[in-house]
Amino acid sequence: MRSNTFKILLLGAAFVGASAVTASAGTLDEIKAKGFVQCGVNGTGLAGFGAPDDAGNWKGLDVDACRAVAAAVFGDPSKVKFTGLSAKERFTALQSKEIDMLARNSTNTMSRDTQLGITFTGTNYYDGQGFMVKKSLGVSSAKDLNGASVCVQSGTTTELNLADYFKSNGMTFNAVVFEKQEEADAAYDSGRCDAYTTDASGLYSIRLKMTNPDDSLVLPEIISKEPLGPAVRQGDDQWESIVRWTHYAMLIAEEFGVTQANVDEMKTSENPEVQRLLGVGEGVDFGTPVGLSKEWAYNVIKGVGNYGESFERNVGEGSPLKIARGLNALWSKGGLQYAPPIR
Amino acid sequence: MTLRDKTADDSSRSWVRAVLYDATIRGWVFQGLVLIFLVLFSAWVIHNTAANLRAANIPFGFDFLNMRAGFDISQKPINYTLDSSHAQAFKVGLINTIILSALGIVFATIIGFVVGISRLSGNWLLARAATVYVETLRNVPLLLQLLFWYKAVLSVLPGPRQGYMLPFATNLSNRGLTMPRPIPGAGFDIVLWIVPVAVVLAWAVARWARRRQVATGQSFPVFRASLGLIIGLPLVVFLAIGAPLTFEYPELKGFNFVGGMVIHPELTAMLLGISLYTASFIAETVRAGILAVSTGQSEAAFSLGLRPSQTMRLIIVPQAMRVIIPPLTSQYLNLTKNSSLALAIGYPDLVAVFAGSTLNITGHAIEVIAITMAVYLALSLITAALMNWFNSRVALVER
Repeated sequence: MRSNTFKILLLGAAFVGASAVTASAGTLDEIKAKGFVQCGVNGTGLAGFGAPDDAGNWKGLDVDACRAVAAAVFGDPSKVKFTGLSAKERFTALQSKEIDMLARNSTNTMSRDTQLGITFTGTNYYDGQGFMVKKSLGVSSAKDLNGASVCVQSGTTTELNLADYFKSNGMTFNAVVFEKQEEADAAYDSGRCDAYTTDASGLYSIRLKMTNPDDSLVLPEIISKEPLGPAVRQGDDQWESIVRWTHYAMLIAEEFGVTQANVDEMKTSENPEVQRLLGVGEGVDFGTPVGLSKEWAYNVIKGVGNYGESFERNVGEGSPLKIARGLNALWSKGGLQYAPPIR
Repeated sequence: MTLRDKTADDSSRSWVRAVLYDATIRGWVFQGLVLIFLVLFSAWVIHNTAANLRAANIPFGFDFLNMRAGFDISQKPINYTLDSSHAQAFKVGLINTIILSALGIVFATIIGFVVGISRLSGNWLLARAATVYVETLRNVPLLLQLLFWYKAVLSVLPGPRQGYMLPFATNLSNRGLTMPRPIPGAGFDIVLWIVPVAVVLAWAVARWARRRQVATGQSFPVFRASLGLIIGLPLVVFLAIGAPLTFEYPELKGFNFVGGMVIHPELTAMLLGISLYTASFIAETVRAGILAVSTGQSEAAFSLGLRPSQTMRLIIVPQAMRVIIPPLTSQYLNLTKNSSLALAIGYPDLVAVFAGSTLNITGHAIEVIAITMAVYLALSLITAALMNWFNSRVALVER
């Protein structure tokens, strides 16, 4: 039996065998007791989002989301353990309490939010689905792909968007579906498919892995909305708030120019917004009511930096992917990243 | 008084003893206890699972099967569109698994018998080649072999525009083997009805030939006659009613061939991998079966004047089959279960379609995995039942 199916079985067995547990209230207490956050990330390795580097350290935007939560809880971004998950295993792993939070480039959709017993806490990357084709086909638009064979990974929103796009444009296609991303990559590379589809952020990193990256090009069309974000189990509002506000804290820090380097100096800032963020001043404590320390957000920024820093380091100019901020710029700079105020 | 008391005491004790040590009663009691335990245990498992799922806010049920699937499947033996339900996707996956397993069993059996007999051949080169084949293929993990064959199939074949043109408008490229699709015209169903008639006739001929041989000792070429009947009769009828069959030819339009039928490279790679792998085990089973028949049997057959082919068919094989069939059944079951490795190379079998796409889109992991396991169990039990029936047919009747 396939190891993945086996894992799913094991995870499923958790529901069968576990003595009846009350819902997931008290996640924070459990995490504090065991001393680390167990975080589910991309197990097949998606450069820029979740993948181990040459030294075996997990790196990526999603990985930073996990580390930031660990910093908020423990004041130490290294108190996190990672579980590499396939697309197929991710939600089951969260449901069965294998992991405390999921940050695995997962698209927030209504059915996932309402039918799986999980809740998405925000959007740490606004993505959209695109196509990559061989240049030799002479295709310049996704609208020219009628009749094409398309390689795609199974069990993703991508697989469904692909079908919707071709159907709504009155085109036919032949999907060649693989369980793992690498298998789909290899099949496209061998010429099994005319086109490859996944989230646009992934296309660029996958293109770099091809035998001849210059033979392929990414088409301009973005055919779907893919808000990627962390998720937690339903029913523990405190834990959900912590994960949600950790992301907001990183956004607010960027908005007010608080960086990993200057966070200590910023403690003396006169700006009341910054003071509330960093827990400076008498009676300024937004951490304790949610079970964290007064300096929770200071720890997040000290540990992983603000959102902009994390973005540039993992997927932006500081990374091989060189993805522009685009939709992921702050709202004040024409993007969609917007955090409610700490007040 | 004391004496009578003692007797009464003794008789009651011996009654208890009789009950305690009675094999039948004890058997019933223990079986009853085990049954009660099993029932309680399954009830606990079901109840506990339901309670835990409820506590985790995960809905449980099979309504998701009627929801729109919305994903494409590359190999669609039955009607399936993007608007079909998950139940329909399940059927497509199931049929794809059955196609793969059935073809795999046929090919593995043929290759296995050829290789198994070759290993016993007097020809040094042939026997050694068969040994190398068996030892190589059965000792390399199947998943690696599948990935190898898939890579091999894809890298050998050119793109659709540069594909090899073969006779009968067939084209071979890395998109698969594309060929014309037969479209039955009016009256073609008559031909299909003739086939079972021909089979019944062939059976009658075989029966008559056997009786005649028992009575007179004269033999009759039953195999050739049956083959002629089963193929020839429908063919004659087909031609007599004016060959009502047209073909839809595949055409190269845009990126791919449109129309016609296609065998995808995923199916080819799966069949290559799974048949060659299982054949290496079947070859050993066949060799063991033939070696289990003592040489005295063939010597006796020769001394009665039977020809070598008759000796093989009438004396050796029936006795060897007795040894071959039980392990052969296990190999068939293994092949069916191994076909679930298909998802590694993108062949849309039950595990890839249903326990892959459907599971992920609906999130009903427990239901989907339970259904999938039940299907493999059912497939295996059916295969085993058929093989057991066949075994009892060919089993040596001791007189």
